[in-house]
Amino acid sequence: MCAKKVDAVVIGAGWAGSILAKELTEAGLSVVMLERGDERATAVEGDYPSSIDELRGAIRHRLFQNLSQSTVTIRNTLDQEALPYRRLAAFLPGEGVGGAGLHWSGVHFRVAPDDLALRTNVVARYGKGFIPEGMNLQDYGVTYEELEPFFDKAEKVFGTSGEPYTINGKVVGKGNRFAPDRSDAFPLPAMGEVYSASLFRTAAASVGYHPYALPAANASAQYTNPYGVQMGPCNFCGYCSGYDCYMYSKASPNVNILPALRQDSKFTLITKAHVLKVNLDADKKKATGVTYLDLRTKKQVELDADLVIISAFQFHNVHLMLLSGIGQPYDPKQNTGTVGRNFVYQTITTSRAWLSPKQYTNLFVGAGGAGVAIDDFNSMNFDHGPLGFVGGSPVWVNQAGVKPIAAAVGGPGGKAPTWGEGYKDAMMDTYRHSLTIDAHGSNMAYRDVYLDLDPTYTNAYGQALLRMTFNWKDNDIRMNQYVVGKIEPVIKAMGATRYSLGMLKDGEVFDTRRYQTTHLGGGAIMGSDPKTSCVNKYLQSWDVSNVFVIGASAFPQGMGYNPTGMVAALAYWAAYHIRTTYLKNPGPMVQA
Amino acid sequence: MKLPSSTRRNFTAGLLGSTSFWIYGGHKVWADALQAESGQPYQPRYFTAEEWRFLNAACARIFPADAHGPDAAALGAPEFIDRQMNTPYGHGELWYMSGPFRSGAPNLGYQLSLPPRDLYRQAIEAANAYVRDQHKAHSFADLSAPDQTAVLKAFEQGKMMLGTVPAHTFFEQLRQNTLEGVFSDPLYGGNKGLAGWTLLGFPGARADFMDWVNQKGAPYPFGPVSISGETA
Ligand SMILES: Cc1cc2nc3c(=O)[nH]c(=O)nc-3n(C[C@H](O)[C@H](O)[C@H](O)COP(=O)(O)OP(=O)(O)OC[C@H]3O[C@@H](n4cnc5c(N)ncnc54)[C@H](O)[C@@H]3O)c2cc1C
Ligand code: SF4
Repeated sequence: MCAKKVDAVVIGAGWAGSILAKELTEAGLSVVMLERGDERATAVEGDYPSSIDELRGAIRHRLFQNLSQSTVTIRNTLDQEALPYRRLAAFLPGEGVGGAGLHWSGVHFRVAPDDLALRTNVVARYGKGFIPEGMNLQDYGVTYEELEPFFDKAEKVFGTSGEPYTINGKVVGKGNRFAPDRSDAFPLPAMGEVYSASLFRTAAASVGYHPYALPAANASAQYTNPYGVQMGPCNFCGYCSGYDCYMYSKASPNVNILPALRQDSKFTLITKAHVLKVNLDADKKKATGVTYLDLRTKKQVELDADLVIISAFQFHNVHLMLLSGIGQPYDPKQNTGTVGRNFVYQTITTSRAWLSPKQYTNLFVGAGGAGVAIDDFNSMNFDHGPLGFVGGSPVWVNQAGVKPIAAAVGGPGGKAPTWGEGYKDAMMDTYRHSLTIDAHGSNMAYRDVYLDLDPTYTNAYGQALLRMTFNWKDNDIRMNQYVVGKIEPVIKAMGATRYSLGMLKDGEVFDTRRYQTTHLGGGAIMGSDPKTSCVNKYLQSWDVSNVFVIGASAFPQGMGYNPTGMVAALAYWAAYHIRTTYLKNPGPMVQA
Repeated sequence: MKLPSSTRRNFTAGLLGSTSFWIYGGHKVWADALQAESGQPYQPRYFTAEEWRFLNAACARIFPADAHGPDAAALGAPEFIDRQMNTPYGHGELWYMSGPFRSGAPNLGYQLSLPPRDLYRQAIEAANAYVRDQHKAHSFADLSAPDQTAVLKAFEQGKMMLGTVPAHTFFEQLRQNTLEGVFSDPLYGGNKGLAGWTLLGFPGARADFMDWVNQKGAPYPFGPVSISGETA
């Protein structure tokens, strides 16, 4: 890299970064994208058969963040001492070109429009008093109508498979009747349904729910996206989650965006470049560029830029803001500052149903984004009045391809032994004849749940680690318990021989040892008031107007849906407004 | 400033991709695999003779022989674990291992300063000492199978320490690595004859189910195949 000054620097080569880099080079800017991890190409990392290796892949975390260099610390409450997250477990951040977008599963949702203005909707329906003490319920400050063209664009880039319900107000298919209206069909028809999912569809309909095919960024047929790159049809190999798809069927920045971007001479990708901080001018109102560590030469490099895009994944975004001094750090005691405020996650619990010995669920067959879901208990789709909680969960069978080590270590479930005598019999029954149903739900924001810098632990580069203060709260536990209760009739209608319901227990604390999801959110949230949000509706920092912060960090609360569809739409939305408004007249796009 | 160690770099830079040959933690997995096929009994490279006896016995109790097939020791789980000790994983290079090391609530996760290889070393020695103390036998491997199971249950459920390692932490490490050995690709030394996969009905590296997306509950008809092309 010889140029010392570029038009724009993009931090992180995941979904958000790749979208911004593509849009900004299209606008004629010179763009440098800095990625701390390695170069990754499907021809190498996804090569068959060596990629079809569970030990190296999902168990030893070949494609994930190497915690030996940097991690976070975690505590449950303000008075606890936070301890490092030493081994990957509860959530699995990405590293390397493509980010977590290379090894994600591919469930590709839009948003429930009610969730975008959740505070307004809850207050309108149930009154202010309905919001529990200490819950920071907020609106996004952007509407579904504003975002719709960008959801549409993202689906076309991702090659998303799905079944619509309405297009331009007309019912056109058997899709999700709770889904918002669309301007166009999905680019590809819905994915096929594995046996477990089809059983769920029939049983859910028989008890009066409204099943639909999960929208999946797994290609149900051959596809060429608007950037001219091709995807092959998914063969349900079951190696989405944690792997690089060897069939070029799962959408990733590597397959769907970077092949086009790499051909643009105005674009430069630098790998093994760990950004240490965004550099600011003396009064902290303008960014002048970034400082990164070249992990090959071990030298620090300063790169000047007019525009800085922070797109390093939800919590890395917040970490970089705190390390750089962008905005005021959130203080939960004084309730001041915004950076780190409204840190959220998602609730997820899994229930299991065992079928007769004649019914084989072939759990290894599956695709990461495919399945059948119901939205009857998501968002504001049901009456919360008598229930007294905010939020909800989609419920689904999302058989993504269960591997033997994960299954064996997880154990047969129910009351069966996890080793020794009786283990094999139970494990064989579970692996051959059971299926799982998830309640994948929202998580609200609370005054004492937040992100800040750890006072004790540092990364390999001597910087303070990010500290997570996180716990489950009564509102979300009761929401989960209620929705899981609604799964029971479906399991009975399936004719299960036995079942176990997985739900959060009263007072349950967040356990960092068990994988839940990598759907972390908030900490640099969007909104219309700079006192309670970090970025405006265009994801522009209120404090440093040439910095945009793109990712799930913008979500004011954790929604029931998987986040990436929303992240991609927000990325295209922000890029559009940078291109059409900001670049013509750089400065704050919304007056504080 | 701490940077990735040379083993870590070899681990990633050496992933050649197009064949099953790669440098893994500084030693050649493929050469190991070939050696394993040569029929010689496996000689542990990390564990001592006493530790090796412990490991063989413990693996067999965690995943015992029965009507469904052999135990984990016969399937190569001890060999798998021994080989893992010489990988970046065994050296703790995949974990955040900077201090201070403080103990905390169990839900905040592993907080010991020991990488897996050191954890095994300390805990096996302490486990044998525990057996000498409680059972008047020389070591865990000398106990009867039911007594071995009882000791492992005590480790799993008890509050005792094995050196500086909580017994249940050690037990969970052992259980997890044993099952990894039984169910991973035979390339790593376990899952001999693909017996682990056959037990579950997992077809291994086939990874193409275009015609089997939904066969209305029929069992999948094909046996497993490994990365190197071995079938069962
Ligand atoms: C196993 C798994 C399954 C998932 N499945 C789904 C799913 O089905 N549906 C869904 O919606 N979502 C899913 N997700 C979540 C999804 O992967 C993320 O929402 C998405 O990738 C976020 O995109 P991003 O661009 O914000 O971050 P990422 O894709 O993670 O990219 C961030 C990049 O920034 C780099 N970076 C970080 N810090 C620095 C720094 N200081 N300097 C330089 N580079 C840096 C990282 O290395 C990384 O490459 C899944 C995640 C995982 C782990
Ligand atoms: S299931 Fe489909 S999309 Fe997923 S990795 Fe396999 S071929 Fe790719």
